[in-house]
Amino acid sequence: MSETTENPIREAIQEAISEHEVILFMKGTPERPMCGFSARTVAALDALGSPYAAVDILPDPRIRQELSVLSNWPTIPQLFVRGELVGGCDIVTEMYESGELATTIGVEPPAEAPDEAPQAAEPGAPPLQPDNRLA
Amino acid sequence: MPTTDDLKLRIEQAIPGARVDVTDLTGGGDHFRATVVAPEFDGLSRIEQHRRVYAVFGAEIGGPIHALSLETRAQ
Repeated sequence: MSETTENPIREAIQEAISEHEVILFMKGTPERPMCGFSARTVAALDALGSPYAAVDILPDPRIRQELSVLSNWPTIPQLFVRGELVGGCDIVTEMYESGELATTIGVEPPAEAPDEAPQAAEPGAPPLQPDNRLA
Repeated sequence: MPTTDDLKLRIEQAIPGARVDVTDLTGGGDHFRATVVAPEFDGLSRIEQHRRVYAVFGAEIGGPIHALSLETRAQ
């Protein structure tokens, strides 16, 4: 298959990844995460105080399909820094706690940033699954 | 519905020498957490280690296994 096959969603995802230094693909929005794993990842990024772009994958199931094909990563969320997949919730959380996340993004963690990755509103809560009903 | 024992067994069969611990996060049989310690992870990035475990389940991740939270290391 050539790279110029008509796949506007995949192209849009690729463009978004290359245009934003730090970009998070998630369920819901940073203000209203729709899944516990996305919420936890957002909380870690927010604690660093560094700006990032966010894409809600819920509105169209094809976004998730195409993203996973591109990234070779089956789950959401997915954090990209300078075009590279950094990881999902587990890896981002580990990297936050080891300080690697700040280094990778290239920021100094603010003095008030907690050492442990901040919990989302309800730790360990099962993710909401509105996508199952919308699909 | 997969059980924690099913997941543990499949990971151990697919990754030789792996020590695997699986918990059911919600009791619902679809949100799991696995700790996988395997010699073959030596030299692999965390992303690659997680991909290796995800690959055991293929399309079941996001399907019947709604979420599989991972902690991986070589030893």
